[in-house]
Amino acid sequence: MEQAIALQVNDLDNVATIFAKGVCDGQVVTLKDKAGHTRPLTVIGDVPYGHKVAVDDIPAGGSIRKYGEQIGVASRAIRRGEYVHVHNLDSMRGRGDLPEQEGTS
Amino acid sequence: MSVTFMGYVRPDGQVGCRNHVAVIPSVTCAGDVASAIVRQVAGTVGYFHHQGCCQLPPDLDRVTETLISLGCSPNVGAALIVSLGCEGTDTDRVYESIRATGKPAAVFRIQELGGVSAAIKAGIDAAQELVMEISGLTREPVDISRAVMSIKCGASDTTSGMASNCVIGYVADKLVDLGAAVIFGETTEFLGGEHLLARRAVTPEVGQQIYDIVNRMEARARSLGCDMRKGQPTPGNIEGGLSSIEEKSLGAIVKSGTRPIQGVLDYPERIGDRKGLWIKDTPGREPEILTGMAATGAQFMMFSTGRGAPQGFPTMPVLKVCGNPDTYERMKHDMDLNAGRIITGQASIEEIGEEAFAAILALLSGRQTKNETLGYHSSIDIYTMGPVI
Repeated sequence: MEQAIALQVNDLDNVATIFAKGVCDGQVVTLKDKAGHTRPLTVIGDVPYGHKVAVDDIPAGGSIRKYGEQIGVASRAIRRGEYVHVHNLDSMRGRGDLPEQEGTS
Repeated sequence: MSVTFMGYVRPDGQVGCRNHVAVIPSVTCAGDVASAIVRQVAGTVGYFHHQGCCQLPPDLDRVTETLISLGCSPNVGAALIVSLGCEGTDTDRVYESIRATGKPAAVFRIQELGGVSAAIKAGIDAAQELVMEISGLTREPVDISRAVMSIKCGASDTTSGMASNCVIGYVADKLVDLGAAVIFGETTEFLGGEHLLARRAVTPEVGQQIYDIVNRMEARARSLGCDMRKGQPTPGNIEGGLSSIEEKSLGAIVKSGTRPIQGVLDYPERIGDRKGLWIKDTPGREPEILTGMAATGAQFMMFSTGRGAPQGFPTMPVLKVCGNPDTYERMKHDMDLNAGRIITGQASIEEIGEEAFAAILALLSGRQTKNETLGYHSSIDIYTMGPVI
């Protein structure tokens, strides 16, 4: 069977998106960067189609980047290969539940 | 070589790609009469919104101006305004402003005519005359620089930002380079990517305007004191792999292409003769943004989706570009273009972009979109700021 691809769209990113169905915990996928370089990545957790995995270890509170930009912060430590989604990624915008928020302008 | 399409040149110089009689209730309370007219008279479409009374003056003005802009849309050949008679919108201003463009228009009031049945009879007669009056108009060749494209993404997943939005970005750049106008919106989906947009603003003032509309939208979202996730991104977005509004936004703004941003338009504002890439301040929800974009004077919309959004609009054809190959297969009677072939590695962004451009030229010259043929076009409402009181 052809190995599933995890696509890293920007060199600054620490997550990659898997466009394959039924990727399971422990499965080895091919991490592919923008230039087409590949390396193996062992997935931690079951990852649905179109969802993300960490490319590096990310500490709790660390920035999570896709498209070369921050898409949130790690709500707990995330290991390389681990499934990244709402359970371990916190959005920093539109958060009326947080007391104060830095302006962006 | 010049690129042209076959359009309807209106008395005010705008160019339409469709030729509808729009039946416009000036208030939600006139909706049933308008709907009866539309059911009976072929060639008419209705703007069945839910506004127009018991709102604060700035909102009433906004509703009035939006109805004017919808009536002035180049795809509207003639307009019939249906008033109850006691609404908060300025029905006379709606009628007179549409009439001032030179297109045929008529207005009647349900209360004056003696009620619903009498109004339906009068309305059907008036609509019939308007349809007959514009039905003989013919298309003529016009340069592509007369095109006004609106863009949007809806029911997104992670394929949207990597495939279908990239295709729209390709087409947006191409149209801007050909001298046409392109408008994008969904201010909520700038959150997290506004600095990238502000960098493309033609002046620092326009850049500041981008920050201002984003801050205003975010303040609105925060005012209920909760995490806006589930509102944005939606449960469907989250199931599709989008983890935060930032991720959704960064994928969403790809569809605006790479060209400079000329300015920010208010919700009811028309584009007129302005060219290049513009922002319209709208939320992301379909009825409100489709209405805002049609009010801008956009002849059509390119709409990107991953999970499969079927919506259209009464007077603005909506071309669906699907980024998810599975969704395209499942919903091919709703999806016009398959950008999922980018995800599967079968085609490049440029290849699908050129296919999309050809589809746009056909659409502008009269070819129907999937949602037009299905009559799936009731996604309409006017985005207001204050409470209903």
